[in-house]
Amino acid sequence: MLAILQKLEEKRAAARLGGGEKRIEAQHRKGKLTARERIEVLLDPDSFEELDMYVEHNCTDFGMEAEHIPGDGVVTGSGTVNGRLVFVFSQDFTVYGGALSERHAQKICKIMDMAMKVGAPVIGLNDSGGARIQEGVASLGGYAEVFQRNILASGVIPQISVIMGPCAGGAVYSPAMTDFIFMVKDSSFMFVTGPDVVKTVTNEVVTQEELGGAVTHTTKTSVADNAFDNDIEALLSVREFVDFLPLSNRHDLPERPTDDPWDRTEPSLDTLIPDSATKPYDMKELIAKVVDEGDFFEVQPNHAGNIVIGFGRIEGRPVGIVANQPMVLAGCLDINSSKKAARFVRFCDAFDIPIVTFVDVPGFLPGTAQEHNGIIKHGAKLLFAYGEATVPKITVITRKAYGGAYDVMASKHLRGDLNYAWPTAEIAVMGAKGAVEIIFRKDIGDAEKIAQRTKEYEDRFANPFVAASKGFIDEVIMPHSTRRRIALGLRKLRNKSLENPWKKHDNIPL
Amino acid sequence: MFKKILIANRGEIACRVIKTARRMGIKTVAVYSDADARAPHVEMADEAVHIGASPASESYLVADKIIQACKDTGAEAVHPGYGFLSERTSFAEALAAANIAFIGPPANAIAAMGDKIESKKLAKQAGVNVVPGYVGEIDDTDHAVRIANDIGYPVMMKASAGGGGKGMRLAYSEKDVRENFESVKREGLNSFGDDRVFIEKFIESPRHIEIQVLGDKHGNIVYLNERECSIQRRHQKVVEEAPSPFVSPEMRKAMGEQCVALARAVGYHSAGTVELIVSGADTTGQGFYFLEMNTRLQVEHPVTECITGLDLVEQMIRVAYGEKLAFTQADVKINGWAVENRVYAEDPYRGFLPSTGRLVRYRPPAEVDNVRVDDGVYEGSEISMFYDPMIAKLITWGETREAAIDRQIAALDRFEIDGIGHNVDFLSALMQHPRFRSGNITTGFIAEEFPEGFTGAAADARLGLHLAAVAGVLASIDAARAAQIDGRLNGPADPSTSWVVTLDKVERQIEILGDAVSVDGTPVVVDAPYAPGQKLVEALIDGEPLSIRVERKRTGWRFTTRGASHELRVLTPRVAALSHHMIEKIPPDMSRFLLCPMPGLVTAIHVAEGAKVEAGQPLAVVEAMKMENILRAEKAGTVKAVAAKAGDSLAVDAVILEFE
Repeated sequence: MLAILQKLEEKRAAARLGGGEKRIEAQHRKGKLTARERIEVLLDPDSFEELDMYVEHNCTDFGMEAEHIPGDGVVTGSGTVNGRLVFVFSQDFTVYGGALSERHAQKICKIMDMAMKVGAPVIGLNDSGGARIQEGVASLGGYAEVFQRNILASGVIPQISVIMGPCAGGAVYSPAMTDFIFMVKDSSFMFVTGPDVVKTVTNEVVTQEELGGAVTHTTKTSVADNAFDNDIEALLSVREFVDFLPLSNRHDLPERPTDDPWDRTEPSLDTLIPDSATKPYDMKELIAKVVDEGDFFEVQPNHAGNIVIGFGRIEGRPVGIVANQPMVLAGCLDINSSKKAARFVRFCDAFDIPIVTFVDVPGFLPGTAQEHNGIIKHGAKLLFAYGEATVPKITVITRKAYGGAYDVMASKHLRGDLNYAWPTAEIAVMGAKGAVEIIFRKDIGDAEKIAQRTKEYEDRFANPFVAASKGFIDEVIMPHSTRRRIALGLRKLRNKSLENPWKKHDNIPL
Repeated sequence: MFKKILIANRGEIACRVIKTARRMGIKTVAVYSDADARAPHVEMADEAVHIGASPASESYLVADKIIQACKDTGAEAVHPGYGFLSERTSFAEALAAANIAFIGPPANAIAAMGDKIESKKLAKQAGVNVVPGYVGEIDDTDHAVRIANDIGYPVMMKASAGGGGKGMRLAYSEKDVRENFESVKREGLNSFGDDRVFIEKFIESPRHIEIQVLGDKHGNIVYLNERECSIQRRHQKVVEEAPSPFVSPEMRKAMGEQCVALARAVGYHSAGTVELIVSGADTTGQGFYFLEMNTRLQVEHPVTECITGLDLVEQMIRVAYGEKLAFTQADVKINGWAVENRVYAEDPYRGFLPSTGRLVRYRPPAEVDNVRVDDGVYEGSEISMFYDPMIAKLITWGETREAAIDRQIAALDRFEIDGIGHNVDFLSALMQHPRFRSGNITTGFIAEEFPEGFTGAAADARLGLHLAAVAGVLASIDAARAAQIDGRLNGPADPSTSWVVTLDKVERQIEILGDAVSVDGTPVVVDAPYAPGQKLVEALIDGEPLSIRVERKRTGWRFTTRGASHELRVLTPRVAALSHHMIEKIPPDMSRFLLCPMPGLVTAIHVAEGAKVEAGQPLAVVEAMKMENILRAEKAGTVKAVAAKAGDSLAVDAVILEFE
């Protein structure tokens, strides 16, 4: 009997070695951890239960039949993050370069199916050279099987991708359909066609890093959400990130205790808005002073900085925060910021995470670059996302809420539950100067008259009370009590029930 | 007593005066500029009057507006604080003409002491030691050389109206005098419109020691001991203390009596300060010389208050009202030791460049345990470019000098400022500096001890061990809280109590067993009350208090204490082992770039693309805090690209030029 047990141990030990010592060493030399080491960092100690350790490929072409490595290039299973269940797959670059075979794909599909059944997030750690060429179309089929599951799981369980090595060709589309993509700087890249093909086809010379590195994707393309310095930092950040998310769309929000008083006042917020309307201020200060413990996990911090999105907690319960950032492009809405926020709002809505919106928006960014690239359709995405969202929605207008952008930013008219304004808020169709030049077009030549009209317009509209008199603003609140107001609001909205009309699905302007 | 007084000042000194007035039952009127509309002194006062635009020349320096404000509010007297109008004869006279009391000295005393040459003559007549030198007009270079030869080298040549280091030259020989006399003259004329120059002996190991005097309108004048203000940076006082470690009782008496004689000679009343230069090399007790007299309340007056138990503002108000001093020289005692640090909005890590902006976080240490904080800001205040960059004064008292200094270190560790650059770390480093603690200081201390600038106080192994222990405790508390999240699979989790803390590339193994912490096997008792999110941890380590400002990072903490910030990586042992495979990321080389050292306005770019520059050549001018900062080339090179233009408002670290 003992011999059998020993044989199992030996088999396990062999599997754990993946592609062998030499390849493990090569992986380490690149500053990368192995697939199993990554899982160790990601999950609670000793919580990982591996499945399909002995799965091997079924390829018989090009000499593949001679070599079988147990696990077939991906480590799959489940474990816990701070005690909560998650499913994980971690591609093993030491085994056939992490290339995806039919069996490799089957392993991923198996844990995705299980995660869907029980309701738990799937975290994919990607480090793969691409399709297992030797298997040909079988490998492509494998990808598609994963894609289909990504699609069905979308909005049911949170899916997180961490790109920790190459991710090229068709392989990119699985992460692309997950909710969040994190990348490791310098050691990861994502592209549909690599630099060699780019050069052959277009004569462009570009490095992997420039074409699809972590910096490119977190600043220019927004394909990825956040970039981290190394494997350890990325994986520990994922642990923190997962703590903000419910296990699935049928689970409650995860609550964790905090000593931060729900009714903490912040007198310094009373001076956050500068005395000059043209002077910017940092919206992140407001966010940090409102959320529990100042702990804000910003998503896409380096892309479309004119809008800030991310997760925080109020009274220990997660909230999604969307805020215009006056420090960048005066906080206006443009194509990138609309897309960025729209997808975030939809994620929060899908998983019942309440949305808190801080508004200081002077309008949409003008110009041919915006118009010709479709700001109409893209801006509509954010409008659509806010309008369809049925989660608790609390909005605080801190300063400007001008024009169509006012409507977009979780206004009362888009079923905002609690729409607050600071006394410094200005809700108007546009800035005073522009408005006066339209209403009193005949006076344009007369600077004195225009100045007087502008002052009249400001006196009338540069405050929250006109909007409040129409019921568009529920209450004008003191800046220092913002946290208390939001906390109280979220408590009251905890059992909010609102349903959209039955439909197969909507038709958001993609 | 006055019913209502107006404070013709702003910031901490306005708040300071209001506090005393309120305690005396006197109503207060504040004045404010546009920039100060939300300032604390405006809120503290019973009434506030807006007196104009943000630049001081359009508000705090306009005597007419202040006088009008007095009339409008019925204020009977004006306290000028320091700076602004405090030493303007014309202001004191205008108040007198309007029948408003001036809480300060008589106008003729202000006038007499306002001129460097005049005041020196008066001092000499009153029997005050003056630096050997020539008092009078100097005809030409030959005359200057004869004078310098008589005095003996080294000598200092100074523009009469000069100040702030401008128009000053040191001469070690006749040759130096011949070369530089004319240029000093020219600088005086260009900068101050006055080409008179005086020559005096240069004092070696100079210390700045000053005598506080106080007189009433009935001819009673006392001295309230000395203050030492030798710790200066570019003639700006940074640290002050009372008494001075250099002054003996005999020397104090000699200094005090001479200064009182001078005050008497000009018919002085109210508070005033006679600044003396003292030769640290002279142990006779006679090596002190008159420098100048400041006819106002000094910034550093609190240290005198701490050791004498007097409230100088109260004394000034009583004197102005005509009361007699309620005590005599014999009643003036020295009780313990007091030290003051000036917390400035200046970033010592960036060559002490001024920093402006919003105080995102501002929590001064609590005023308990002989700690006093004089400030005029609150969390959310703006440090504007219009005024002095001083944020606060931190004053501590102790039975001994050591005790007062140690309290400074502890209080500075609890001083939380965020949003702008500040010098708290530098002050702590000064307080810990062995030479400062020895009392062997001169006005050259900072230049001598920090010749390469400031990079943070060095942490010794013991502090490193303590910080590592605290980091382990905090990590355990954080991990335990994280494990209390809803929806756990297996019930209560068992968070880690073993950590590896890396500080300055040194790894330490931490084991936590309740209060007992083992650091690499060494037991340390750590009592560090902490709730996640807390920003200041007041720990007791083996019974010894240590306050640390803490900031959570993804893989550890940033701890700021004892004059420096430290990055601590805190990982579980297994993750720490794996972290050895990580490749350290080398930050990109920014030496090819000229970066904007502070937020400011570009007023000029002196070079164009392709220009060849030499080391030291001016490249650009950035204006901040009304100061024109000339940015120079650190080494020779060629300009590859110009990224900014005149008129641009730049953030700190914004690229101005790129070199090839």
